[in-house]
Amino acid sequence: MGNSSEAIVHIKHLTKSYRRGEQTVPVLTDITFDIPTGEFIALMGPSGSGKSTLLNLIAGIDKPDSGILKVGGTDIALLSEGELADWRAANIGFIFQFYNLMPVLTAFENVELPLLLTPLSFKERQERVELALVMVGLSDRMEHYPSELSGGQQQRVAIARAFISDPVILVADEPTGDLDRTSAEEILAILDRLNKEMEKTIIMVTHDPHAAKTAHLIRHLEKGELDVEN
Amino acid sequence: MAIPFSYIIRNLITRKLTTLLTAGGMALVVFVFATVLMLEEGLRKTLVETGSPDNVVVTRRSAETEIQSVINRDQAAIVESQPEVAYGINNVRLTSKESVVLISLIRRGSDKSSNVLIRGVGKTGILLRPQVKIVSGRMLKPGLSEIIAGKSIADRYNGAGIGEKLYFGKREWTVVGIFDAGNTGFDSEIWGDVDQLMQAFRRPVYSSIILKMNDPTKFQALKARIEGDPRLTLGAKKESIFYAEQSQVLSNFIRYLGVALSGFFSVGAIIGAMITMYASVANRIMEIGTLRALGFRRNNILSAFLTESLILGAVGGVIGLVLASFMQFFTISTMNWQSFSELAFGFTLNSSIIIKSFVFALIMGLIGGFLPAVKAAHLSIVDSLRAV
Ligand SMILES: Nc1ncnc2c1ncn2[C@@H]1O[C@H](COP(=O)(O)OP(=O)(O)OP(=O)(O)O)[C@@H](O)[C@H]1O
Ligand SMILES: [Mg+2]
Repeated sequence: MGNSSEAIVHIKHLTKSYRRGEQTVPVLTDITFDIPTGEFIALMGPSGSGKSTLLNLIAGIDKPDSGILKVGGTDIALLSEGELADWRAANIGFIFQFYNLMPVLTAFENVELPLLLTPLSFKERQERVELALVMVGLSDRMEHYPSELSGGQQQRVAIARAFISDPVILVADEPTGDLDRTSAEEILAILDRLNKEMEKTIIMVTHDPHAAKTAHLIRHLEKGELDVEN
Repeated sequence: MAIPFSYIIRNLITRKLTTLLTAGGMALVVFVFATVLMLEEGLRKTLVETGSPDNVVVTRRSAETEIQSVINRDQAAIVESQPEVAYGINNVRLTSKESVVLISLIRRGSDKSSNVLIRGVGKTGILLRPQVKIVSGRMLKPGLSEIIAGKSIADRYNGAGIGEKLYFGKREWTVVGIFDAGNTGFDSEIWGDVDQLMQAFRRPVYSSIILKMNDPTKFQALKARIEGDPRLTLGAKKESIFYAEQSQVLSNFIRYLGVALSGFFSVGAIIGAMITMYASVANRIMEIGTLRALGFRRNNILSAFLTESLILGAVGGVIGLVLASFMQFFTISTMNWQSFSELAFGFTLNSSIIIKSFVFALIMGLIGGFLPAVKAAHLSIVDSLRAV
């Protein structure tokens, strides 16, 4: 327990089930584990094992049934809907398998979105967005719409959007799942830099053992239970 | 700060056709709504401005209109000698004993006929209506079979143009002048000399007496005296009220028809907007889930979609009002059931109608967008993100 103060994610006896019609489907049964601050962890496991569910709980877009769920010291299961929204805006960066960019907004405007929830002025926002797009190598694509970008480029825009408001944790659900090998490598390299240089804690769900190697720690989820730590 | 306006606008632009069709549906309703209000306003303006506030119309108490009213010569003399009557230059008493009859005239370029009101006026008749001006030809001369026609009659009826002749009352009458009554009800009348007309129609009685008061505040005293006099059986009304009352039935009819029509059509437009907005939400479920995950609140989503449907309403409102404003170039002429004669009036647009119509459009947008916006705001984040 001594290291739980260093842990950015602290999970104990966490359970989650979904109701499908009359019956309840248990998805996570008694999960207990910690993620140390600054870790880059890969969650693996067969389809339907509950990886995304666990990630969504940590990211504060879903609620657990029971157990302790502390992220960055906050017991997020206790937050109200609105408090949780503010908490996510401040603490979590999201990266999705299908990028989830707004098709009607340019790369610049997509990256700017999370900053609209902060008190930053347009000038400050502009500086930060431009810097972020330079970091992901898209300084020449700022005014492009998602439909004018390749999958890899779109995911890079999405990554810029995920770290623009400087959250402590990045959650990525199969970030390379829809990309070819080369683009996937680029994405993983950026995630690695974000972890090493900007000290972001990264939690990545992936099916790809190759992608998982970029992470420092790999945990397996099977039928709602985590493997024994090695 | 909320979801950017450009996100809302561009989504509407991206779905150009749907946006235009939906806004078009609302535009149609706004057009109907505004047109009806403009018509009612046009009618009101025409009839209210027909009367002057310091003129009094005296008719038989039981008569609703001048046509039904009968005043004999003795009664007329009593009314004319009331102390409230104003005097003009040369000490002329400003009263006009008038007699009205309806005749049937044929419309130009067709064989359909309509009732037109012929008003026999005294010498002071025109002095009492300062809004009436001779625009071509000249004023009729008393003692002759001469008539002058209101401009909307002159244009539309056979024989009513200047220099033309009309046959009625077993006589031929020459149109010697055309008058413009400033779009009031008089524009739909023909005027002649009251004595000539009464002779021609063998009518020994007047229909009404118009008098100008020397002090309009004394109207109640005048009214009480006339209505209380057992020899008279007459009633007095301010001229402006007299004409406004004549438009009541038609005005109510236009209003009820308009409310019923716009109400009926608006249901369709609101359902249209609702379908569009539900589709808009359904197409963007993943975007909504993503925005929520990024930290936007339910309220942000709700107001974004409400704004979107309000814009649809606003676009519809503007298009509808622009279309309706063209109606100002049209004049409509119809039978006023209360006077049984033709009445020409226009569509009048004013700021109150513009505001009412625009608010109506916004309300349609708001109602149509409400349920879809609530649905969007209450989607579960996890479910919407899974809806790939
Ligand atoms: N919102 C939901 N409603 C009902 N059942 C759900 C819901 N979300 C997840 N499930 C179920 O929970 C189980 C775990 O789902 P989850 O998405 O976490 O799996 P996963 O490990 O991410 O799988 P994959 O590798 O296919 O993405 C599945 O059986 C799924 O059908
Ligand atoms: Mg998954």
